[in-house]
Amino acid sequence: MADWYTNFANSGFGTTVTKQLGLPRPAVLRRYEPGRPLLPGPVVIGSAGSGRLRETLTRVVTDAGGTVLPAVEPDGEKPAAVLLDATGVTGPGQLVAAHDFLAPAIKRLRASGRVLVLADPPADADSPATAAARQALDGLVRSIGKELLNGSTANLVFVPEGAESSLASPVRFFLSGRSAYVDGQVVTLSAADVPTGEDADRPLAGRVAVVTGAARGIGAAIARVMARDGAHVVAVDIPAAGQSLAEVANEVGGTALQLDITAADAPARLVEHLRERHGGVDVVVHNAGITRDKLLVNMDAARWNSVMAVNLQAQLDITEALLAAEGVLRDGARVVCVSSQSGIAGNRGQTNYAASKAGIIGMVRAWAPAFAARRATINAVAPGFIVTEMTANMPFGTREVGSRINSLQQGGLPVDVAETIAWLAQPGSAGVNGQTVRVCGQSMLGA
Amino acid sequence: MATTRKAAIVGGNRIPFARSNSAYAQASNQDMLTATLDGLVARFGLQGQQVGEVVAGAVLKHARDFNLTRESVLGSALDPRTPAYDVQQACGTGLEAAVLVANKIALGQIDSGIAGGVDTTSDAPLAVGEDLRRILISLNSAKTVQDRLKAIARIRPGMIAPEIPRNAEPRTGLAMGEHAQLTAHEWQIGREEQDELTVRSHQNMAAAYERGFFDDLVTPFLGLSRDQNLRPDTSLEKLATLKPVFGKALPEGAEATMTAGNSTPLTDGASAVLLASDEWAAEHSLPVLAHLVDAQTAAVDYVHGGEGLLMAPVYAVPTMLARNGLTLQDFDFYEIHEAFASTVLATMKAWEDPAYCKEKLGLDAPLGSIDRAKLNVHGSSLAAGHPFAATGGRIVASLAKTLHEAGPGKRGLISICAAGGQGVVAILES
Repeated sequence: MADWYTNFANSGFGTTVTKQLGLPRPAVLRRYEPGRPLLPGPVVIGSAGSGRLRETLTRVVTDAGGTVLPAVEPDGEKPAAVLLDATGVTGPGQLVAAHDFLAPAIKRLRASGRVLVLADPPADADSPATAAARQALDGLVRSIGKELLNGSTANLVFVPEGAESSLASPVRFFLSGRSAYVDGQVVTLSAADVPTGEDADRPLAGRVAVVTGAARGIGAAIARVMARDGAHVVAVDIPAAGQSLAEVANEVGGTALQLDITAADAPARLVEHLRERHGGVDVVVHNAGITRDKLLVNMDAARWNSVMAVNLQAQLDITEALLAAEGVLRDGARVVCVSSQSGIAGNRGQTNYAASKAGIIGMVRAWAPAFAARRATINAVAPGFIVTEMTANMPFGTREVGSRINSLQQGGLPVDVAETIAWLAQPGSAGVNGQTVRVCGQSMLGA
Repeated sequence: MATTRKAAIVGGNRIPFARSNSAYAQASNQDMLTATLDGLVARFGLQGQQVGEVVAGAVLKHARDFNLTRESVLGSALDPRTPAYDVQQACGTGLEAAVLVANKIALGQIDSGIAGGVDTTSDAPLAVGEDLRRILISLNSAKTVQDRLKAIARIRPGMIAPEIPRNAEPRTGLAMGEHAQLTAHEWQIGREEQDELTVRSHQNMAAAYERGFFDDLVTPFLGLSRDQNLRPDTSLEKLATLKPVFGKALPEGAEATMTAGNSTPLTDGASAVLLASDEWAAEHSLPVLAHLVDAQTAAVDYVHGGEGLLMAPVYAVPTMLARNGLTLQDFDFYEIHEAFASTVLATMKAWEDPAYCKEKLGLDAPLGSIDRAKLNVHGSSLAAGHPFAATGGRIVASLAKTLHEAGPGKRGLISICAAGGQGVVAILES
């Protein structure tokens, strides 16, 4: 699974060479496998501020089969995850508690470890000092992410008052191998009616999931992960991609729907198909996307328009049609839109692509309240450097640099994007709405 | 077992048809049929499921493909416990397979089934000449070295040339196109009307592709996503430049009118249709596009009887109409297989001819004309090409979808001519 350099850097000889030359030392990441424990070791939970989440966090960890260490001892068991409950901090002075807890715990953190900080959202603070302290945690977590070694990650979850019941699914995700390539991210939860009792190994059992652009690459990986998690996948791609689409559909036991999503009647045809064949839909993953790169000054309207039509307009049109069609988008529906690092950082030669992908971030944010009102969610995932057929064709230098300039010093895999999407699609992720989660190993671009 | 039910057509799949020795030159019948079944399985979510029976066939078949359909099933995503058998009725194979599946469904012997067909003219079987074949067989059965040497010694260089399958009638030695040209001459079918029908076929099929009609009927294969023979920009002017390719059997002075444009080319491809009972379709949340109402075969004596080789459907249709109390005009769509443009035109002309209908078909009045606007509305074999056994499945699925789109209670007629002076016709109804 890992790339050649990661394999080399983890070999006996490679370890010596990369250490002596000061070369990047990417780790083999811990990735999710059904049936395996949530974490390879215990969790340690600390507080800064009054900390209202400690009990909830303990329960989430133990419910998921994990164990909680009372404290980290210099010679004691090494934690696989470090949780800091920083809710209730009212001023910068209290942050030293975060330092005092995290420093020794992180020192003992296992490989592919997890640092997860939970705090109140800065926007909800009632004083500048409180807002400052909450916002400070953002800088702290992002810096920890850059300091961590051996495939460990650090992420921050803002938990508003009343959103405590939304906590379980995000905490499980960030601790598990599903979030292997999600690093330095901030997710803000919202209060929601969170269903309980889902099967941890098959959280999407009985659900119908549409995946566009499913014939290959990231889309095919999404289809596989969705099916692994129990969903019936309706794999959509352009008719010309039909042969590999059929192969993906047959592999995952789903169905293939050949459809050009930019056709004027595409939304209506998709809605009708879902109504007739499945009686509705639970999960929609807008993954289909194209690139038509050129410097802006050299770009013709055709390149601009085709990228906008596939990457953004089709997502809008199909989502609108699903919302408008009575009874098709089922209660608790999940829409996940694939954005891109380019939409956050911009990219030379990709004005059209970056604009379309940034537009997606605005779209999910704007749509979130309407989705919440029907007990549904809409979120975006922004992949960074993901190793696909497309990147395999990049020049060696560009590819190697592109894949190393992130905290995990390696490119992500399509499955990493798929795992994040599948997490957002879970019924338990009801309290994650309007968010854009990057799957980029904490890329330096646009961070 | 007293009651019968009408078999539903749930949907279909085919691979784009390729011109001979082109995109599918390296693909075998089994490769193409397996890919077609897999596309159908993907479309309808049948992975690991058993259907009642899979029935398909090929006209040009290698000896090793004696169990072609069953082998294709085993290579597909279907449950390996799905039974299958091969049929062969020349160009009528695909439709005949659909009729066989539909009849078992109608009788309640199966609840679902797949009918299909496949043909390759690129990966055609070659046989050794008859003399060499006999020597090789005796070599194989020889018991002693001496006997073996004797057998080998009988081989002559002239025996090495293989026998290539020919598109010719064994009893007349004439290519099918030559037969069709004779019929065209007999019925005075002009060059221009053949070319007009050809242009319309290409235009209709191109328009259907443009509006996405084939999105759920075709699955790309080996880089091909549309029929390779399709020429959206063909015109009467372009077709007029083509030279006739048949006509050596015509009487002195008669005009040869059939060209490579208004005749179907040799083609590779495969198709499959999913049929079921209404209940099975409902249980699987699958649509019922149309029902297969009735079917009929006929054959003519083209060897001694003075009838055209491809005229059998002309006889089959009135029999089927009478049984169903219908007239030729009681249809919303007509699918007359375009083996040659002249075949379609001769078929229609025969139904309009009072004397022919009376003398040959034994009818009091001619069947009459059909509205050309209802004929082959999404193109037919002149545009798509004609991999012999795959044509029936292409037509059944396309017509069923056409009827479904037009709404309930619409009726369609299928007419397919076949080698050996045979014809298979059927009625579908939405």
